[in-house]
Formats: sequence, structure tokens, C-alpha cells
Amino acid sequence: MIWSDITIDPIDPSTVVGRVGAPEDGAVALFLGTVRNRNEGRPVGGMEYEGYAEMAREQLAAIVAEAAARAGTDRIAAVHRLGELAIGDVSVAIAVSTPHRAEAFDAARYVIEEIKKRLPVWKRERYLDGEAEWLDGQVPAVVVGGGTAGHGDGADSRHLRAGGLGG
Amino acid sequence: MEVTVLLFAAHRERVGTENTVVSLPDRATVGTLLSELRARGGGWADLPPTPAVAVNRSYATVDSALSDGDEVALIPPVAGG
Repeated sequence: MIWSDITIDPIDPSTVVGRVGAPEDGAVALFLGTVRNRNEGRPVGGMEYEGYAEMAREQLAAIVAEAAARAGTDRIAAVHRLGELAIGDVSVAIAVSTPHRAEAFDAARYVIEEIKKRLPVWKRERYLDGEAEWLDGQVPAVVVGGGTAGHGDGADSRHLRAGGLGG
Repeated sequence: MEVTVLLFAAHRERVGTENTVVSLPDRATVGTLLSELRARGGGWADLPPTPAVAVNRSYATVDSALSDGDEVALIPPVAGG
């Protein structure tokens, strides 16, 4: 299956892996992004991820569909977490299965690189000295006509911070 | 027309609000909106001159046309992963 999501819940990598795989596949690639305890030498205590949740959902679905087309597989799953994360927590998980390994590695790599380029998500590092800073990011390249313009499906979809995803 | 503007992360903190409604003339573009916002002064004037923008959740340019009811997000440089 082709699957993607934005969540505030902890990510269980085995569940993500469980969404891919088929009898004809000989390779499963799993990429996890995790919160590390230092950035440029500065001790980090945790990370806050903020996102434009509804747009991020659509962008991640598009990225995953592109990766699936490139790899020629329909077994790919990706999830990105928002909210307060601790050191070691999984912020993103990507699983791909294909008959041979090269396509699986390539597709997983494609998804994480495109996430970095265009997923509307921001992170603020909390340092052990008490300060916090938004990390420098990438300016998204605009592809005019890419994606579909359409209205949100309700007031909740407009509330975009991690809290807006609360169930 | 009226559009709703959403701000996130560093942009939100710079301006001090997470959303605002803006009245614009007919045939306004994203560029028209950005000029209108900057003219409000304060933190609005400190936003980048041409921030990345999404209209109804798709990336857009300063030349993109706006319609009544559009949701326009000012997108700081993204840092997911």
C-alpha cells in the first residue's frame, strides 16, 4: 500500500514497516529520523516540531506518490510526527519494499530529501542552557501548478499547529 | 475580497499572531497581499520581502491570483525531518 500521515503520536517503526512488503519483494528499506542530543556542539534537551498539518499531509502524500512512481512500487509508507519530542524520539519514519535493494534505498532517500525541501514543518531546539531557537531551514522551491488548490474541509483543518491535530 | 492569512513558527513569533483576515481589492495577487501586510508595520514589516507562500495549501508565487475566501500561509524556510 501507499500510505502517509502526519501525527502527534509516537511513531512505532515496526508498524510502518508492517505497511509494506509483498511476496515479490526481496528488500525492505527503513529510514528513521531521530532527535539528537547535540547540534553544532550545543547540548540539546528536546525538539518542538510545528507544522501546517493539513498542507503537510498533502505534501507528504504527494512526495510518497512520486517516490512510488520512481521506484515502480506501491509498497511505501511514511509518517512525520509533530509536537514535543525528546532525545532519541523518532520524528520521521519511511519504509519501502521492492524486489531489489537499490530501488528501496533510492525511494527512501527521495522521500526524506523532499521532506527537507518542501514539507511545511519547522523545528525549535530546546537547549540545555534554557534557550530555544527555530532551526534554519530550506526555502521551498515553488513549482507553479504543482498540487491542487482547494479549500480546507473545516475549521479544524485550518489550525495548523501540532495542537490542532490533537484527538 | 477577504483572505485568511496563517503564520507559522518564526513568522508567527515575529508578528505575534497566528492568523489574520485581510480585505483586498478585486484581482489582488499574493504580491498585493504581502504589500498590504508589510504596510501594517511592527512585526509585519520585519517579515522577509518575499516569503514562501501557500494558497489553499499549495505553494504559490507573488503573481498568483487570490480569490475571496482563500487561505494564504506564509511559510518560513522548512525544517522537517
